[in-house]
Amino acid sequence: MNSVVRLQQVSRHFGKVRAVIDLDLELAPGEVLGLLGHNGAGKSTTMKMILGVLAASSGQVEVLGENPRGRAAGQLRLKLGYLPENVSFYDNLSGQEVLRYFSRLKRIPVATADHLLERVGLGHAARRRVRTYSKGMRQRLGLAQALLGEPKLLLLDEPTVGLDPIATRDVYDMIDELRATGTSVILSSHVLAGVERHLDRVAILANGRLQANGTIDELRRQADLPLRIRARTGGVNGTINERLAALGLEARPVRDDLIELEAPAGRKLDIMRALLADEDVTDVSVDSPSLESLYTHFNRLADVAEDQHA
Amino acid sequence: MREIGIVAAKEFRDGLRNRWVLATTLAFAVLAIALAWFGAAAAGQVGFTRISTTIVSLASLAVFLIPLIALMMAYDSIVGEDEKGTLLLLMTYPISRVGLLVGKFLGHAAMLALSTALGFGIAALVIGLVAEEAAFADLVGPFSLFIGSAILLGWAFLALAYLISTITREKARAAGLALLAWFVLVLIYDLALLGLLVGTEGRVDQGLFQVLLLINPTDVFRLVNLTGFEEAAAASGMLSVVAEQEFSVGRLMGILAAWTVVPLAAAAGLFAARKS
Repeated sequence: MNSVVRLQQVSRHFGKVRAVIDLDLELAPGEVLGLLGHNGAGKSTTMKMILGVLAASSGQVEVLGENPRGRAAGQLRLKLGYLPENVSFYDNLSGQEVLRYFSRLKRIPVATADHLLERVGLGHAARRRVRTYSKGMRQRLGLAQALLGEPKLLLLDEPTVGLDPIATRDVYDMIDELRATGTSVILSSHVLAGVERHLDRVAILANGRLQANGTIDELRRQADLPLRIRARTGGVNGTINERLAALGLEARPVRDDLIELEAPAGRKLDIMRALLADEDVTDVSVDSPSLESLYTHFNRLADVAEDQHA
Repeated sequence: MREIGIVAAKEFRDGLRNRWVLATTLAFAVLAIALAWFGAAAAGQVGFTRISTTIVSLASLAVFLIPLIALMMAYDSIVGEDEKGTLLLLMTYPISRVGLLVGKFLGHAAMLALSTALGFGIAALVIGLVAEEAAFADLVGPFSLFIGSAILLGWAFLALAYLISTITREKARAAGLALLAWFVLVLIYDLALLGLLVGTEGRVDQGLFQVLLLINPTDVFRLVNLTGFEEAAAASGMLSVVAEQEFSVGRLMGILAAWTVVPLAAAAGLFAARKS
């Protein structure tokens, strides 16, 4: 068993709506995959097929070497953790009671549930009713639920939506911890800020199709988006422009003492050398294309492709 | 199997927690005692009169109340979990749809049975202790039959509530359907039958009429509790048409049990066949 998840040519349609089309996706043990896409791109549908809640219309789904809707599904489910996008737990129960209920269903000692509650930082509120929980506390409870039984594969559907920055960071910290213990994670999101350093690999879905799949560096290379380089100079002079012109580039002034230019990623070092050789330059910053701009880029490609289909 | 027990236990505990059980138990007990005392007020008497009067008036009231309580208790059992998102989550746990449905039903059924038995049982106890005319020996038989049939009536409407809860995708719609079911089965149905009798001047085929009566669980419940008492003829009106036919109590209870099993099986079947 090499892959934790293997999807081969998987499609799913609801009536005439094609939610997922010919999706190929693999997940290695201990890998954290970001499943990115706009609302309705097919992220949740993909997760539900991996969980075996939805059947694929066509294609093959394999999770930990098993068919998630086959005979071994019951055993398989003990090894999966899932946090749905919108879940409001039983308001009348306390956090502890909710988690104990789910732990019994997953055949896990209730002491483990109590311990998990501490681990996600809800120990102090364990006996309070869920009704009184804030959005962040509910999400922590959901996360504790997903972690019951030390799952081999964790599926988190939009785990950070509506969370404040600190709660968001806590969720990501938890993911980092899990990665360190070898848990595979699939994380769907459309909130891109801050997520990229927690991901090993990114899959971008648009209109049900896989638009891009790879590490962030691979996607950068694939997209070949320009770097944005800024340099602060002591005074306006022509020497920098001359040096850059020699490289075939042109900088534009942002302020009196600041210039900016865009350049292909492959020429980063050439440009840096040219800038650093100039004594007037006091500071240089280089921005690689962010996950956000990659995301925008691949979605734009998807729209173009869609237009050609039409 | 273990999962069914876990779900049932949670549902039952929820019922104790949110005081469903307490409220219905108290309501049943107070109503039963009040009826025992004032049931004969129309005849110019106050105080416990006869066990038959008490049972007849209790049954006439229970037939409205119990179906309503059962429907309100469980109309959102499935659709509510669906709206909360916990249904989707539970489906990723090692429990089947049928297991979940049966577990929840068992929890609700236990709640309803407990409050029915406790509420009316307390009433019987009070009547037996306070009313000098009533001997425990005379009370036990009729009250046991009443409580038993009331529990079955409650279960029948619980099963109906589960059916409603699985075929709807919105809580509001389920609530509407539950009220409609109560309205039709408890209120309209008998009126329609009466209209049929009057309209045809009683020239309805006896066999057909019997079937029409036995098709409705509330009428079956009335038959169980009203037949066998002299007062029944006066209190039940058109039931007397068939009351003469002498239905065995066992058969009537069997019909009530079928009213529990069939809608529940239908709900389980439809729920299991759901695609998403």
